[in-house]
Amino acid sequence: MGIINKFLGRDLVGSKDVAKERLRLVLIHDRTDISPVMMEALKADLIAVISEHLEIDQAGIEISLTENRGLSRLQATIPIVRRRVRG
Amino acid sequence: MAARVITITSGKGGVGKTTTTANLATALGLLGQRVVAIDADIGLRNLDVVMGLENRVVYDLVDVVEGRCRLRQALIRDKRLSEVYLLPAAQTRDKTAVSPAQMAELCYQLRPDFDFVLVDSPAGIEQGFQNAVAGADEILIVTTPEVSAVRDADRIIGLVEAGEKGPPRLIINRIKADMVRRGDMLDVSDVLEILRIELIGIVPEDEHIIVSTNRGAPVAHEPSVPAAIAFRNISRRLLGEDVPYLVMGASPTFFDRLKRLIGPKPEAR
Repeated sequence: MGIINKFLGRDLVGSKDVAKERLRLVLIHDRTDISPVMMEALKADLIAVISEHLEIDQAGIEISLTENRGLSRLQATIPIVRRRVRG
Repeated sequence: MAARVITITSGKGGVGKTTTTANLATALGLLGQRVVAIDADIGLRNLDVVMGLENRVVYDLVDVVEGRCRLRQALIRDKRLSEVYLLPAAQTRDKTAVSPAQMAELCYQLRPDFDFVLVDSPAGIEQGFQNAVAGADEILIVTTPEVSAVRDADRIIGLVEAGEKGPPRLIINRIKADMVRRGDMLDVSDVLEILRIELIGIVPEDEHIIVSTNRGAPVAHEPSVPAAIAFRNISRRLLGEDVPYLVMGASPTFFDRLKRLIGPKPEAR
């Protein structure tokens, strides 16, 4: 199929796949009603709490909402630089 | 026996709520059900023209609520189906002319005399929508396979579920089989996967709808028109019958693509 599509110069991905992915993302935010401002505040608080225990790469932090089987979840990727030496 | 009150709503405008209401009223009437269709879109009355009854409007919903006429006087009998009636909206007032409690009371008063009370909701999520769902036992949500309509449907689903109306059911309207086959339109399974509610109908895009609306005779009367069959199927499902769904635009097979390459355009199923 791919070969035929290429031969005909067609896009391999129909626009409905784009529509579906965009809808999925926008609905995660609609359903949880978490504003970008709240996400930023959450990120700042997370940094403050975790920094008390670990040294983290603040520029590398990523916080996002995802959805899986009807459950929304907050996903945070927080790169750790190194563990602090305890005093 | 008391009527079931069913509200047809969507969030987004222009997805086919009024057409769906008119056709379900017709299809249920063809099955011998006693039906009243209420136009709850006060200020933007349209169910009367879609049903072809605009010349018979004397009183309207607001007249009933404000006591200028009896409920029975405001009901307009359908031209062809003797047990189908319309309660038109007022055209010169707005949504605030009626309260949700008054709408609920109106639906309650209609219950003893009918099998179905169908309420055509206005677009939006404000008072017009709140009025339309106030007296409902069941909610049908109409959407089209487009991002904006599906997003609004999701919002409505959230509001309906919060209002404890029982799980709403979905009608996916205006599906274009050839676009689905090309991968350029969300298909039924995509929409269901996103919205996660029960399906009750899929209606193909069909030019006959425009023709029948021009004439003021709902398409559901037509024996073999695809959209008419789809609406009649929905009415049978409302009565509890297990009716198989029309297959529209399954994903393209190698043969489909080959046909497109060498032959004329495949016809819409």
